[in-house]
Amino acid sequence: MKRRPFIRRLAAGAVLSLLACSAVFADVLDDIKEAGVLTVAVPQDFPPFGSVGTDLKPIGYDIDMAKLIADDLGVLVELVPVTSTNRIPFLTTGKADLVISSLGKNPDREKVIDFTDAYAPFFNGVFGPDDVAAADAAALSGKTLGVTRGSIEDLELSKIAPEDLTIKRFEDNNGTISAYLSGQVELIATGNVVAAAVNEQTDQRNLSVKFLIKNSPCYVGVAKGEDALKAKVNEIIAAAKADGRLEKIAGTWLQQPLPDDL
Amino acid sequence: MAYEFEFAPVLEYTDLLLKGAFFTIALTAVGAVFGIGLGIIGAVCRAWRLQPFAALFAVYVELIRNTPFLVQLFFIFFGLPSLGIHIGEWEAAVLAMVINLGAYSTEIIRAGIASVPKGQLEAAASLAMNRYESFRYVVLRPALQTVWPALTSQVIIVMLGSAVCSQIATEELTFAANFIQSRNFRAFETYFITTAIYFAIAIMIRQLMLAIGKRYISGRLS
Repeated sequence: MKRRPFIRRLAAGAVLSLLACSAVFADVLDDIKEAGVLTVAVPQDFPPFGSVGTDLKPIGYDIDMAKLIADDLGVLVELVPVTSTNRIPFLTTGKADLVISSLGKNPDREKVIDFTDAYAPFFNGVFGPDDVAAADAAALSGKTLGVTRGSIEDLELSKIAPEDLTIKRFEDNNGTISAYLSGQVELIATGNVVAAAVNEQTDQRNLSVKFLIKNSPCYVGVAKGEDALKAKVNEIIAAAKADGRLEKIAGTWLQQPLPDDL
Repeated sequence: MAYEFEFAPVLEYTDLLLKGAFFTIALTAVGAVFGIGLGIIGAVCRAWRLQPFAALFAVYVELIRNTPFLVQLFFIFFGLPSLGIHIGEWEAAVLAMVINLGAYSTEIIRAGIASVPKGQLEAAASLAMNRYESFRYVVLRPALQTVWPALTSQVIIVMLGSAVCSQIATEELTFAANFIQSRNFRAFETYFITTAIYFAIAIMIRQLMLAIGKRYISGRLS
């Protein structure tokens, strides 16, 4: 009498795991529509892309993007918080349908998962006030620029900077930003996310982008071989770019318009 | 496993290190001259209770000696521009060093002045020396003579403390070291050499102060 529930559970388990297996082989897009739920892996520790709001719900660029895609698919969204190390495993093991987690594209990742079109800008660039013109590295001639010593932007900019650009290198991001805000440097080189955070927190001195140093936009990750889902998400991203919804998300979280090349 | 030293990647930046060392020495020299000058003025005001300067110096000394040098530096470099006073990283570094050394040397020299026996002043008065003469020969000289070793070590402390000026992008020795280290990732070798340079500068300052002391402070009047 004691064994029966166990056997029943075992049988149920077998059926469930079979179902799970078949789910992996079936088309994920169909499954999403059938279930009415899109499961998305999002960051929760990387503002402004994903963080936890005051009501303990996730907020950010990536969360808005997940909601946008779910809306266009006509399904509900289920957010799964991930970290930067486990976001790809969540996709490859089928725990999430999509990864929208400020994910950059590189050859190693492309071996494991597929990427849609870019949905968010992520770059290092030169930033400064609106009234200072500097369209490229050569235009920096004679100016004073602050940068965090040893950062990607320091290394890249040092290669292309003109001779008479005064580069002041600070110990950390805070030093670089303080130097800019207090007017000790005319321009700074930093990440667009950092610039957005500064613009959000202070209106002492605005940071607007002058030119890009290194571009590494964010893509939505889909499981290998899910071409139908990938095509659908690309379609949604294109539509959101066209009708200004993506622009609005960028305005909210990055305080900056989308770059033209995205 | 033994660490394999490789100095070649650091020696590529010899120019930068020498430039950094030069600026550290320059910062210290300017800081020491004006800092000790400020210290003498402060010490006299405090020792002779010249109000209201004595009170002002008392506040200044307490304020500077009870706050970190790095914070003073940030206050000058990042804080003053907000009040509309714009100064570059060199001026900020020099100013911070003068202000810092000024406060410490005020107290050191005041101690020296306090150590001059009252009878010596009375003796000077009985020899019909005027106020200036008795101050110069009977008070200041022996006072400096007494505290010269303490002043020397304070100058060296300030020189070593100038390392934090790298935080506001002043391109002195530590800045050069951090810069090199962030490019070639040879931290051990870079700081090894930097340490040696700091040591050499410190010894140099000590010898120089010793010579100055012998020649101008404790030497015979010509």
